[in-house]
Amino acid sequence: MSTPLPLRIRRGLRLPRTLWLLPPLAVLGLVFFFPLYELVQQSLSGGAAHYLRVLHAPIFLSALGHTLQIGLLSTLGCLLLGGVLAVLLAFVPFPGSSLLSRFIDAFLAYPSFLIALSLTFIYGAAGLVNASLMQLLHTSVPPLNFLYTTTGVVLAETTFYTPFVLRLLLAAFGTIERAQIEVAQSLGASPWQVLREIIAPAALPALLAGGSLTLMLTLNEFGIIFYLGAKGVITLPMLIYGKAIQEFDYAQASVIAVVSIVLSLALYALYRLSFNRLQRDHALPL
Amino acid sequence: MLFHSKFARRLAWGTFFLLSAVFFGLPLLMLLLAALAGQWNGVLPSQLGFGNLLDALQDARGHALFASLATAASATLCAVVLGTWGALASRRLNGAAQRVIDAVYITPITLPTVTVGLALLVAFSRPPLLLNGSPALVIIAHVTLITAYAYSGIRAGLARLPEAYEQVAASLGASPARILFGVTLPLLRPYIAAAASLGFALSMGELGATIMLYPPGWVTAPVDVYALTNRGSIFSGAALSVLLLAATVIALLVLNRLGRHPRRS
Repeated sequence: MSTPLPLRIRRGLRLPRTLWLLPPLAVLGLVFFFPLYELVQQSLSGGAAHYLRVLHAPIFLSALGHTLQIGLLSTLGCLLLGGVLAVLLAFVPFPGSSLLSRFIDAFLAYPSFLIALSLTFIYGAAGLVNASLMQLLHTSVPPLNFLYTTTGVVLAETTFYTPFVLRLLLAAFGTIERAQIEVAQSLGASPWQVLREIIAPAALPALLAGGSLTLMLTLNEFGIIFYLGAKGVITLPMLIYGKAIQEFDYAQASVIAVVSIVLSLALYALYRLSFNRLQRDHALPL
Repeated sequence: MLFHSKFARRLAWGTFFLLSAVFFGLPLLMLLLAALAGQWNGVLPSQLGFGNLLDALQDARGHALFASLATAASATLCAVVLGTWGALASRRLNGAAQRVIDAVYITPITLPTVTVGLALLVAFSRPPLLLNGSPALVIIAHVTLITAYAYSGIRAGLARLPEAYEQVAASLGASPARILFGVTLPLLRPYIAAAASLGFALSMGELGATIMLYPPGWVTAPVDVYALTNRGSIFSGAALSVLLLAATVIALLVLNRLGRHPRRS
């Protein structure tokens, strides 16, 4: 009579767990998927002819070219710089190297536009390097002018996105048995052989995952290019901003935005594929 | 150890220090110097002082910092609630359903932030959902862009949580709500703090979506730094940037402290 209800019945009265997913999904739907749907609608408002017209315009094609060029070069830069730093940090450790890697980690909290601003103080027309060179060469014309070109943008993006690659590489290197390297060396392997036979195979999936992540992020990058104000370096995000905010042309802006979204989603799929491989091979945490 | 000879090891360390100094140390140092600079005619700035920094706390500059802090704090709070809720609710889903929820949460950060801003502008510029011109739209954009990080951080935390505590609590008759608030959430505390830190830092530096959406009365610090440097007030821009970084670092330290388990203090 006063015995408590059996556990099973009490459980049965509870709402299914999946219903709890509805509130957050409804919020995300309202603030993200509904606007995305509206954006696609907006882009279709001019019909297919409008799409073709926008996508055939020289300004779009040149922006697409710049975006891909900057993205690929920056990604290459990040893989090179990140690769060298990661190998040195993981396999030639020095006292305090873990502290330094945490400092590079903290760089992730540094907004990307601040990199662009900081670099103008170093390589800008009146910056550290140009001022030194001008004093040295007794000239009043700044000898280095690369900052406001594609080169400057690539340098800034390489600086900003290298820590992303570095983190993935260090995680992958953490799974290499140190004994494996020592045994190889005691059998007479040179550093070059160790690098090629042991370190490179472990690094490959991380480089692939880091590379596709960096490529996606650099194709999407806006702040760095906006801050550098590089004349003639118009990428897709810059073009979208220009069309929407400076020309109030939402129809064109949304067509370019949709193309840009498709490009990013394709790259993200590539990143997931390579990251899943990395996770499977190395049992990395998410 | 890759190298056993002393010379090779020194060479490797030298390379490492040179690369990290040139790429990471120097930019930060020059930004700090510019923030303190009174004049910059030669190779290095001169007349260093705190004048720029103090000016940056006044009037419009101070308001920009406030707008950034208010945006970041509210966006982080919403994102952490949304992310934690989603991660907890999707905890025992099967593989395919889990992947769908993951995709729903992660998609926003795979897109250019400018397109997220444009989509919000298109969707919320006409009645009945007229939010254009309100700070709320800026905050919504930030929530959209940082919720993914909160979600994946909490999800990783949940995967590492020992299940025994919750099972013991359940077998002792604790209600699901009691288990959630008494066991699961306290165990998740460090992960929630880490997720909030990342979200806060990203929100403080967000530019791409904000510049599409900000109303005149809600100029965040990154937008203001752009306006300042564009007008030629480079030292004021650098000073505001340094204050932005300082405010971010202080917030991260506070969150880090909150994330520690109280009894392990």
